[in-house]
Amino acid sequence: MSVQGPAQVLEIAKVSRTFGEGATAVAALREVDLTISAGEFVAVMGPSGSGKSSLLALAGGLDRPTSGGVFVESTPLGGLGLNELARLRRRAVGYVFQDFNLVPTLTAAENVALPLELDGTATRKAQRQALDALRQVGIPELAARFMDQMSGGQQQRVAIARAIVGDRRLILADEPTGALDSTTGHGVMEVLRGRADAGAAVMLVTHEARHAAWADRVVFLRDGRIVDQAAAMHDPAMLLAQAGN
Amino acid sequence: MSIRHSLLALLQDQPRYGYQLRVEFENRTGSTWPLNIGQVYTTLDRLERDGLVSNDGSDGEGHVVYTITDAGKAEVQGWFAAPVERNNPPRNELAIKLALAVTLPGVDVQAIIQAQRVASIRALQDYTKARRDTASNQRAADTAWLLVLDSLIFQTEAEVRWLDLCEARMVQQAQNGQATARKSSNGVTVEEAAPLIADNRR
Repeated sequence: MSVQGPAQVLEIAKVSRTFGEGATAVAALREVDLTISAGEFVAVMGPSGSGKSSLLALAGGLDRPTSGGVFVESTPLGGLGLNELARLRRRAVGYVFQDFNLVPTLTAAENVALPLELDGTATRKAQRQALDALRQVGIPELAARFMDQMSGGQQQRVAIARAIVGDRRLILADEPTGALDSTTGHGVMEVLRGRADAGAAVMLVTHEARHAAWADRVVFLRDGRIVDQAAAMHDPAMLLAQAGN
Repeated sequence: MSIRHSLLALLQDQPRYGYQLRVEFENRTGSTWPLNIGQVYTTLDRLERDGLVSNDGSDGEGHVVYTITDAGKAEVQGWFAAPVERNNPPRNELAIKLALAVTLPGVDVQAIIQAQRVASIRALQDYTKARRDTASNQRAADTAWLLVLDSLIFQTEAEVRWLDLCEARMVQQAQNGQATARKSSNGVTVEEAAPLIADNRR
């Protein structure tokens, strides 16, 4: 395996996901293709029930497709056993959920170090990496705090630190700004953007246009299908001409 | 946009000539609303006619310099003090387009909404990137441009939210229509009703 790793961090190929069977079967995703490269930030938008969260769950191996394949750094998730899958998730994939899923009896640093320690990293090394991640999200001074001593915005930063600790190459975020005020939401987007700029592949599910706008590419889902994509123009002259209208 | 008041406000800062006013206006608003130099001269003529500025003659290099009068200063003060008028909503082409589209047979309103959504999100991506780049420079002169960018971001975001609402209304209407059709016909199978159930469940 090369040192830099493959450019395509996530590949979702012809993925369908159906819940239930027979007459009451519901297709959440229908033959979806989506690739996210290293350094790319992709936002997924769509109305409730369009399949956004199903897609994210499949991307991280939290769920398995009915048909089609999901590849993380060229590894087909479908070919992995439960233990191997859990191991890959701990090493390569970071999740940020709307409800932070933090352990209340652990400090911020211990929460962030947890996935590393579960993976066999020595406590001291894991703590060092956890501190580094907390620094990246701007709260190294809160490392020793417990969750009930922190605001919602601070807890979400801990959750993000846990998602990026140990240089994960794929960051998956499901409405990570849901419970936060707009300034804190902005901070969360800055961290996700920063991870993409540092080379991670980032996938964000959101219904907020202003958050999706931080992405390089916005994918629109409807009824389980990708119906459109929007990429920034990155052309200031066009931007000004547009605004002048 | 009040060019008249904008030029007056700039003259309150210091006496200036036409080209300087144009450059200064565009610098302070991030060149978001380019000014036509002809517009600047016409406006200055009117301001002079109304006694709000005085013409100081040429500065020796062929530029006609204007100074604000006391009446002009009072006018600027009044402009800043008064909220922007809202009794006439500005003409909104998108709202007009959709209002007509929903009332005409055979127009695919969802396609119009989606095409606009993609265009609006793309603009929002560009504004957001411009904001990020400008904010990271942290130059004092960029404050005015950041405010203008924030305004564009909020407006575009509001447009996207409004499009979402329009679409949700359309879907709801279509579902109500289908529900009515189901009641009136006895040949509808469970499969046909399934997508609606799915939408409600998730």
